[in-house]
Amino acid sequence: MGDLFTLPVLLGILYSGIRLATPYLYAAIGETFVQNSGIFNLGVEGIMLMGAYVGFFVGMTTGSLWLGLLGAALVGLLMGLLMAVVSVTFKAEQGISGIGLHLFGMGLSSLLFKKTLGGVESISGFQPIKIPLLGDIPLLGDVLFNHNLLVYVAFLLVPIAAFVLYKTTFGLKVRSVGQNPQAADSLGINVAQIRYTTVCIGGTLAGIAGASLSIALINLFQENMTNGMGFIAVALVYFGSWRPGGVLVGALIFSFVNALQLWIQVKGINLPSDLAVMMPYVLTILALAFAVRRARQPAALSKPFERGEN
Amino acid sequence: MPEKPGIKKFLNQLFEALLPLGSVFLALLVGALILLALKVNPLVAYSSMLRGAFGDMTGITQTLVKATPLLLVGLGVCIAFRGGVINIGGEGQLLVGALAATALAVGFQTAPGWILLPSCLIVGALAGAAWGGVPGFLKARMGVNEILSTIMMNAIALQLSNFLLRGPMIDPAEIEAGTRIAQSALLPRSVWLVRLVPKTLLHGGAILALIMAVVVFIFLWRTTIGYRIRAVGLNPDAARYAGIRVPFYQALSLILGGAFAGLAGAVEVMGVQHRMMEGLSGGYGFSGIVAALFGKLHPLGAIPASILFGGLLEGANKMQRTVQVPSALIDVMLGLVVLFVVSADLLARSRARRRKING
Repeated sequence: MGDLFTLPVLLGILYSGIRLATPYLYAAIGETFVQNSGIFNLGVEGIMLMGAYVGFFVGMTTGSLWLGLLGAALVGLLMGLLMAVVSVTFKAEQGISGIGLHLFGMGLSSLLFKKTLGGVESISGFQPIKIPLLGDIPLLGDVLFNHNLLVYVAFLLVPIAAFVLYKTTFGLKVRSVGQNPQAADSLGINVAQIRYTTVCIGGTLAGIAGASLSIALINLFQENMTNGMGFIAVALVYFGSWRPGGVLVGALIFSFVNALQLWIQVKGINLPSDLAVMMPYVLTILALAFAVRRARQPAALSKPFERGEN
Repeated sequence: MPEKPGIKKFLNQLFEALLPLGSVFLALLVGALILLALKVNPLVAYSSMLRGAFGDMTGITQTLVKATPLLLVGLGVCIAFRGGVINIGGEGQLLVGALAATALAVGFQTAPGWILLPSCLIVGALAGAAWGGVPGFLKARMGVNEILSTIMMNAIALQLSNFLLRGPMIDPAEIEAGTRIAQSALLPRSVWLVRLVPKTLLHGGAILALIMAVVVFIFLWRTTIGYRIRAVGLNPDAARYAGIRVPFYQALSLILGGAFAGLAGAVEVMGVQHRMMEGLSGGYGFSGIVAALFGKLHPLGAIPASILFGGLLEGANKMQRTVQVPSALIDVMLGLVVLFVVSADLLARSRARRRKING
């Protein structure tokens, strides 16, 4: 065990923890918007897989990572729109429709993968950009300020999301629609329109989350590569009490546990890898049980809005 | 409400029965568009699927073999839904059920079959119940969202299964041969479920699943506990007001849901594979949800639904072999069926409301 706590290893864990937080952040910040407006989108995992596939495929065939990213965002937007149609317009049971969306995205991404790529190939993804001055700080400079663009943007997204949710009219509308859609409706807020918007934002960010894996972090695509990250992202929103700052804390804890788990395997410490991989999921359940303050939950979460019901 | 004329009532019921079929049709249509985009003739693909599923004796029996775990998982999903909780944990519950049944059968090889076989089934169900009980307890005591906790329990069960099959439970023969394929030892013959049709894989588990469907129907509609579970699911506030302990019955419906998925796992190892191996669950935990939804969350409705989806799964294998369309297409269609079925609920509901108003 002594091996694990040397300075280079700790810095390594810190570095990969920050990198690994990226997909969680995109997906969970997006879902924060969605859930604050009262919709529970469980299909994040499926959207991420489609985003990962499209980002990789477009990036590889066109040679432009930016086009890949755009494609991933677009496919995320479309799948978000599909979820919005089902859950807002058709007022479907949201936990179930999320599973439907997940199966759809998972199936379609493997189908397209097998038909267009066939085997696992890698791509040269977004390269790290060293931030001048900050990047030269001894030890921590490389760990904190030498990442690729998608990592920086993911962390920037947190204050931006907090600002939008708490300091803008749109954010106020989102939260009021999630707390009390009847009251919001009576004040002339278009509940359906707000919910469509947030679910589409969530979808787009989930698509980008997938692409961040396939063209910026792991730089390859394989079937079911998200491996439950999308579901954990949904749980992170609960963990973060529906606030971007809380989501950031949760995402960092999870990615550090994941990084630790990977280093344990790298270092060949005598813990079966299957049990190590189990850690983040066990942690999620514990976090849900002990860390979630339910009082903050949007009152209308996962309840379809029917005008004049009450 | 006054009784409506027979024909109109019949037409209404017919419409509602046809809605799910319409959603399968729509899913097939979207699937056809995807196939066209992949430059595959959808007619060729679908006809190979149909032949694979129902074309000959092998196809039909294989369809029923796949329908068996679907029905058992689906029954568990029905109970949970009727209790107002959503159990996505079928996949994990099935795995631990299979692991427990395997461990018992391998550990007590020499025990007489008449006692070992039922014990394995029961232990499988108990393991599934325990796996569903964790989210049930967390829901009842700490208000943990059961959708998220059951999903996490799936991931944990998968890793647990991988760990056990590569380590403590691996077939000693695999270590000797040095191949180290992650699978358990062969189950003693005394616990193999009886073959219903010689030279096919169709086993007694199919009959067990049918009996269970009837049992669940009687349980939910003819017993006090079943009545309370349904009352909690329909209107938790009213149920609480009537003195029913809502958290208890929510937890109970998750536990029972887990028991049926665990039973499905035990039946799968004892009837089909005769050993525990990686990938045993085959996604039944998720497709069982689809079957249950499709059967309108009614235990008897789940019977034709699981045969239909068993056929789709089997047909997809055939399609993959003969026209090289990856069987992942079936996941796409299952996802679409779910989306269409839950969307169609609105249609049924608004018709019901109109009927009430026009009454």
